[in-house]
Amino acid sequence: MDALDVTARIAAVLLAFLILPLLVGQTEHKVMAHMQGRVGPMYAGGFHGWAQLVADGVKFAQKEDIVPAGADRRVFQLAPAVALIPYMLVLVAIPVAPDGGVVHAIDAGIFFVLAVMGVGVLGSLMGGWASANKFSLLGGLRTAAQLMAYELPMLLSAASVAMAAGTLSLPGILGVWEWWWLPWQLIGAVVFFTAGLAELQRPPFDAPVADSEIIFGAYTEYTGLRFALFLLAEYAGIVVLSALTSVLFLGGWHGPFAGSVGWVWTLLKTGVLAFGVIWLRVSYPRLREDQVQRLAWTTLVPLALLQIALTGVVKVVM
Amino acid sequence: MHLAYPAVLAALLFCVGLYGVLARRNVILVLMSVELMLNAVNLNLVAFDVWLRDALHAGQALTLFVIAIAAAEIGIGLAIVLLVYRNRGSSDIDRLRDLRESEGPQGGSGGGSSDEASVTPATDNGPGPGPDPAGRQHA
Amino acid sequence: MNLAAGHPGFLSPTGVEIVFVLVGLATLGAALVTVTTKRLVHAALWLVAALGGVAVEYLLLTAEFIAWVQVLIYVGSVVVLLLFGLMLTKAPIVPPITRDDPSYAEVRAQATADADSGNRWIALAVALAAAATLVTVVVDAFRSTWIDLDESVAGSAKVTGVALFRHWVLPFEALSVLLLAALVGAIVLSKRRKGGER
Repeated sequence: MDALDVTARIAAVLLAFLILPLLVGQTEHKVMAHMQGRVGPMYAGGFHGWAQLVADGVKFAQKEDIVPAGADRRVFQLAPAVALIPYMLVLVAIPVAPDGGVVHAIDAGIFFVLAVMGVGVLGSLMGGWASANKFSLLGGLRTAAQLMAYELPMLLSAASVAMAAGTLSLPGILGVWEWWWLPWQLIGAVVFFTAGLAELQRPPFDAPVADSEIIFGAYTEYTGLRFALFLLAEYAGIVVLSALTSVLFLGGWHGPFAGSVGWVWTLLKTGVLAFGVIWLRVSYPRLREDQVQRLAWTTLVPLALLQIALTGVVKVVM
Repeated sequence: MHLAYPAVLAALLFCVGLYGVLARRNVILVLMSVELMLNAVNLNLVAFDVWLRDALHAGQALTLFVIAIAAAEIGIGLAIVLLVYRNRGSSDIDRLRDLRESEGPQGGSGGGSSDEASVTPATDNGPGPGPDPAGRQHA
Repeated sequence: MNLAAGHPGFLSPTGVEIVFVLVGLATLGAALVTVTTKRLVHAALWLVAALGGVAVEYLLLTAEFIAWVQVLIYVGSVVVLLLFGLMLTKAPIVPPITRDDPSYAEVRAQATADADSGNRWIALAVALAAAATLVTVVVDAFRSTWIDLDESVAGSAKVTGVALFRHWVLPFEALSVLLLAALVGAIVLSKRRKGGER
């Protein structure tokens, strides 16, 4: 791998990281608007308000960057970066196309991806603590509790796929993927996607940022660009979660003509899942904090264990 | 790579953790220092495993076990800390000394005359500081 | 410390060694701040840096699998648990006063007293003595030992998995029982009895 190749791959990751979350954000504006029977932002950019997110970004950049007087300045300022960067690192390991269509194939890819995604939550925790605001602290505590609860089913369902494929590497999993894995790993897919939603604190699992109870949770005190970075982290999280789910459970680049247009299939599956994430936000009410915990421990963990047992049985019998 | 690098790093990390365990007063800080010491040991295990090219990979297997046990230890440890905090309103190890020998909280003045003194802290279940044990020296 | 004088191998370090020493220094620095800082949550965050540094050292030693496990378990779970504990035991959320406030020094002294106990100097002496002894012995024993990192990856997922499930199955199962016991223990400990506070 020469220098040019490395540069090109890093540029591709950066580009994907800059564009895809914005795309998801704009889709969210529009999809939510239409599902709620309104048109949404229509003015910016002329055609259907396509430049709304750019305008939002400009607005955020112009705002004053306020750090509360009682806050722990350095931790407060560092938190958005800690929340955002892990998702960028994860993109490096996600395969988009067959035969080397991945920026860097990592031997223990599943471990890498899940480990690094877990680090991102530290950003919310840091912000929640450093704001010196009781609502932020409550939000941070809820974030931590939610992470601890949902990390387990997420790992277990990913482990099921790794068992089925006999490898931990993401390209390796796609290499042996067959269509009948879809029904076989269905429970795992649902568990993984749900747990991922909860880790991202997306509705209906947004108790950590429940505006009717604790204002905006860990992000209450943030303004301007730093707040925008947290929002960007959320959208990047949606992209990463959808891409991961499609790679692990939906076959990634598999599809007709995968050899030439494999990356289109990956993007398509990711896009459909991201649409589903937005759809869920519009259609389901927020779970109460105790319901969030109960769902993880009494439903998702047993289901994930069931999936692992099923995978094991099929694997041994075949 | 020279084996001395990881070995020295592990030794120094261990000593940093040792200092933390002895010098810290908040229980959770002590737990963090214990984690540092465990990590130093793990680093040693991995380095020696890679050096020896052990066919059984005993070092790496043991490292994985240590990591798992450390996670369990933190879980139980924090549960205990939170329980103590709920009952006493403090997570300060220097003040959690109800079960010590009855030397008397007034310092080492009289070992025999401390019957009442040993009872006093036992009834001190409220969150307040209570009678401040003499061992609490502010550095 | 790293320059055992006279040994030629130390004067012409390889690239991996240079990176290892630099990351090691960063790790050590983060660990030092962890055990000395007055702010409890800062200690936890510096611990993240130290543990991440150790993970990088594992990568440099070609123990990939353990490196990712380290990030997953320690950085992702243990530190989050520690932060959780710090927040629940009301770690002082930054003294809510500014530097020019007259009570600033008092608040700072209180933070110091909360973090460090009186036997700090004894602890320092013990730690320094231990460090001196250990480093002397280790350098003396291994000054000419060479780890060959080139021949193969020592800790890929496959290698570790084979070792774990072929030779270490029984300890592995015993460990699962221990984890179950820890789980049950944590639940029992943190469960309130009916009819008021325990």
